[in-house]
Amino acid sequence: MRRRNNIFKGVDWILIIFYLILVFFGWITIYSATYVEGQAFVFNLNSNYGRQLFFILLSLVLILVVLAIDRRFYETYSGVFYLISMLSLLGLFVFGKNINGATSWYSLGSFSLQPSEFAKAATCLALANFLNERGRDLKKLSTQLKSFAIILVPAVLITLQPDPGSALVYGALVFVFYVFGLPLFYLIIGFLAVTLFLVTLYFGYGVSLLITFGLFTLFFVVLFYYNKVYFRHNWIVVVSIYLFSALFIFSVDYVYNSVFEQRHRDRFDIVMGKKKDDQGIGYNTNQSMITIASGGITGKGFLQGDRTQGDFVPEQETDYIFSAVGEEWGFLGSALVVMVFVLFLLRLIYVAERQKSRFSKVYAYSVLLIFFFHFTINIGMVIGLLPTIGIPLPFFSYGGSSLWGFTLLLFILVRLDADRIYEW
Amino acid sequence: MPRSFLVYVLILFVGIAYVGRLYFLQIHDDSYRQSPLNNSAVTVKYVYPNRGFIYDRNGVLLVANKSSYDVMIVPKDVKPLDTVGFCEMLKIDKEEFIKRFHKAKNYSPRIPSVFVPQVSKEDYAYLQEKMYKFKGFYIQKRFIREYPIQTAPNVFGYLSEVNESILKNRPYYQLGELIGYQGIEKEYEELLRGKKGVQYVQKNRFNNEIGAYKNGIYDTLPVPGQDLTLSLDIALQSYVDKLMQNKRGGVVAIEPSSGEILTLATYPTYNPDMLVGRERSKNTVRLFNDTISKPMLDRSLQAQYPPGSPFKILNGLIGLQENVITEETAFYCHHGYRYGSSGFMGCHCGMSGYPIRLNTGVFKSCNAYFANVYRKIIEKYDNPAEGMDVWSKHVQSFGLGNYLGYDLPSGQKGLVPDGAFYDRYYPNGRWRSVTTISNAIGQGEILTTPIQLANMTAAIANRGYFYSPHLLKKIGDSTKTIPKFTKRNYTTIKPEYFEPVIEGMFNVFEMGTARASRIEGIEICGKTGTAENFSRVGGKRVQFTDHSIFIAFAPKDDPKIAIAVFVENGYWGARWAAPIASLMIEKYLTGEVKRAALEKRIMEGSLEEEYQKQLQIENYVAEKK
Repeated sequence: MRRRNNIFKGVDWILIIFYLILVFFGWITIYSATYVEGQAFVFNLNSNYGRQLFFILLSLVLILVVLAIDRRFYETYSGVFYLISMLSLLGLFVFGKNINGATSWYSLGSFSLQPSEFAKAATCLALANFLNERGRDLKKLSTQLKSFAIILVPAVLITLQPDPGSALVYGALVFVFYVFGLPLFYLIIGFLAVTLFLVTLYFGYGVSLLITFGLFTLFFVVLFYYNKVYFRHNWIVVVSIYLFSALFIFSVDYVYNSVFEQRHRDRFDIVMGKKKDDQGIGYNTNQSMITIASGGITGKGFLQGDRTQGDFVPEQETDYIFSAVGEEWGFLGSALVVMVFVLFLLRLIYVAERQKSRFSKVYAYSVLLIFFFHFTINIGMVIGLLPTIGIPLPFFSYGGSSLWGFTLLLFILVRLDADRIYEW
Repeated sequence: MPRSFLVYVLILFVGIAYVGRLYFLQIHDDSYRQSPLNNSAVTVKYVYPNRGFIYDRNGVLLVANKSSYDVMIVPKDVKPLDTVGFCEMLKIDKEEFIKRFHKAKNYSPRIPSVFVPQVSKEDYAYLQEKMYKFKGFYIQKRFIREYPIQTAPNVFGYLSEVNESILKNRPYYQLGELIGYQGIEKEYEELLRGKKGVQYVQKNRFNNEIGAYKNGIYDTLPVPGQDLTLSLDIALQSYVDKLMQNKRGGVVAIEPSSGEILTLATYPTYNPDMLVGRERSKNTVRLFNDTISKPMLDRSLQAQYPPGSPFKILNGLIGLQENVITEETAFYCHHGYRYGSSGFMGCHCGMSGYPIRLNTGVFKSCNAYFANVYRKIIEKYDNPAEGMDVWSKHVQSFGLGNYLGYDLPSGQKGLVPDGAFYDRYYPNGRWRSVTTISNAIGQGEILTTPIQLANMTAAIANRGYFYSPHLLKKIGDSTKTIPKFTKRNYTTIKPEYFEPVIEGMFNVFEMGTARASRIEGIEICGKTGTAENFSRVGGKRVQFTDHSIFIAFAPKDDPKIAIAVFVENGYWGARWAAPIASLMIEKYLTGEVKRAALEKRIMEGSLEEEYQKQLQIENYVAEKK
């Protein structure tokens, strides 16, 4: 093991600067969203912004620790991390504390810890370690099954808390599989399934059956026109495509109406514009959109957003934090935040691509997709493009666990990246 | 690695889509840009216009406004205060203060609610000076109704705070505002209320007002409410109040030449002041929960009675129109009318053995005569249902069985049976003309309200047409007429057929059933009525004392007033209803009443004993059950 005197040697400063910008702007926004007149003292553990500052300072300590540890430690003990992490998720069913209907927290005095935020880093490491081994080929069914198992275990445990929103994050890792060789076929099937799912929800099964069969028939007619022989050998495929799509549509209809709960259906209906209830189930989304829209081009200014100051949007310091950005900093500010996130993600791709070991590369892509997923789902929900799925916006949303979880995720990558020159 | 290309595309796609969406929300689309009304940084203040006054046909002020002051609270803005001093000022104790504060806070911490309603003028002057010390409280000036002449609450209706369903359906109204709930106040709410002015006031984040929002470009001035002139003759209405003391029933008087309602009265009534001011809620309970005398029931519009003998006039008219009788056709009365094998309808006309013609039939109110006429009408057609339909159409052309289109929000349709109606009761043609013979004398299934009878009288007075009865005479100073109220509704009876019947009605006063109510020098036409009435008490059919009914119009050749009087359980028509109508006519046409003795007898007469008796019967039967 090589000795290093400078733990910052070789780190990617651009990523760190992005991190600092996002955390700083995030804290400013939390300050504004939770500001209470007369509580002028910034470092005040009774206020949310004071606590968040405390979390940020602790995460700086966390960064130092993460960077100080050798990269091989993460690789070697990834399995152990994964195991501990899964045990911590299991332990919730016994020792967990119920907050807002989900048993996702360990309570330690006045602070609570959310293990699912740390499970992401552990899963990414485990996945990287698994795919790093010799002979792992995502074109093979056994590798596919095992890979999917690695992400399914935390996803199922988190769904049972129940916190299905946080569990969905693991779905994003399927893209990592794709980057590392999973056939495109899987993504296409997945994409078609999601599309068909939405089409069925929107139009009902009758019309969507008609649309699907129409498109398939058109497709096959064209195919038949060019290649008559194809059908002679593949007629079973054609028939089963019809059968499966019909089965899928009916099962979507069944699942949606019989398995989903009303609140889930409501969320879909609101985003798809089938239902409008700005005072009840659609209240959050509507308030959030009004708040963002009220910002205009330049925004109302720091601490001047009357809707943010008046706590119009519920959960505005956690899941809906982006609405405060939209109101107080306007289009310029909120578009800037979106662009900073996009640039941050592009930098992550760049960093991922330059990794030499497969372990680091898989890990880097996993980190990238987790950030991407959080960013997409959270902001999409706040601006009314996606249904309500309660997951935090990285570095912005209030909460120690999520901040530390994301910090851990990112800085393990920074550590791995810094040592890439030694990896052969 | 080409596969990472997909991830690039996804990230850029999401980035572009989100920036585009933000552009759409924050710059392009106006639908989420809130009007200042919904912006929390801007407070809306309303300036309430004066509600319109209401006058009677002679310009007497009936309904006016007085100011009242409510102490309002915005719980969010309340700062620690000198509670003891404040409570002393408002004359409430500390527990009351805490209770009201929590109630207001539970309703909404931001939206103002009434803390102490309707403070007196003296207290207001004192409070006004001290109010600045108490943050979160302020005084809101409002107008409440005032009634210089305390009568006709059923006509005016009353104001009440808007309820949830109004708030939902009519966005003009805010919580705590007043809206017309009944009567003219409801019917002409939009004319009376005017339009409130709106001021937008900019606030900073410490909730201090810092001036008009955008220099007041969105502000609007209040539009004052319109004054209404009603067709009511308040002198006549008040006079009827005196005549109807201690009696129950409905009295309606209409000017036949215009359809204007001169009097619309129901008894027992109440003082309109009872539903205004601090005692209001207490009185509301008392009035609405009185299920015995039912003061909130407008008997002139909502009570459905059998019309009794006045209805014979219509049967006479229909007989003439259908050519089944002429003026000269005569029938005999044998102390009644025998029909079928066992049916018998008694008669008190006392003309047994003489031929009775139409004129006599009317003024003697002969049951047998009209039973014959009715039977001839129905039997003119091949089957009774057809005859019944023709008869029903004629009756309905007088506005019976119809809401009449008057300008008040409440009413009843009454009932005019037709062929289909009896087919339902006696299926497969198991009924004949005599089955429904009670219709000949206004008993049986037919039901009418006092205003319908008054309108019918007006149609007879006009010899064949009527205008929709209405109360609105003038809006503000405008002289425009309302087309709905100036359209003549013609009856299906030819004008010349009215004369013989009207002659009969004239003789009712000259030598008929209402001789005692005759007035020297005024030619009155009328018809008495005595309606049997039954009620179902605990499943048993109980007969109560007959209703006393009278219709009249005067003068005979140039009718100025048409009246219908219903006195519940008043024994017979000539006993209460006829004198009341004749006194009203004297009062209206000559301005004074010379028959002091009759007036005294009517005013002092009471039917309370009768109603007590009725209550006892009801209780007795109910107990026995």
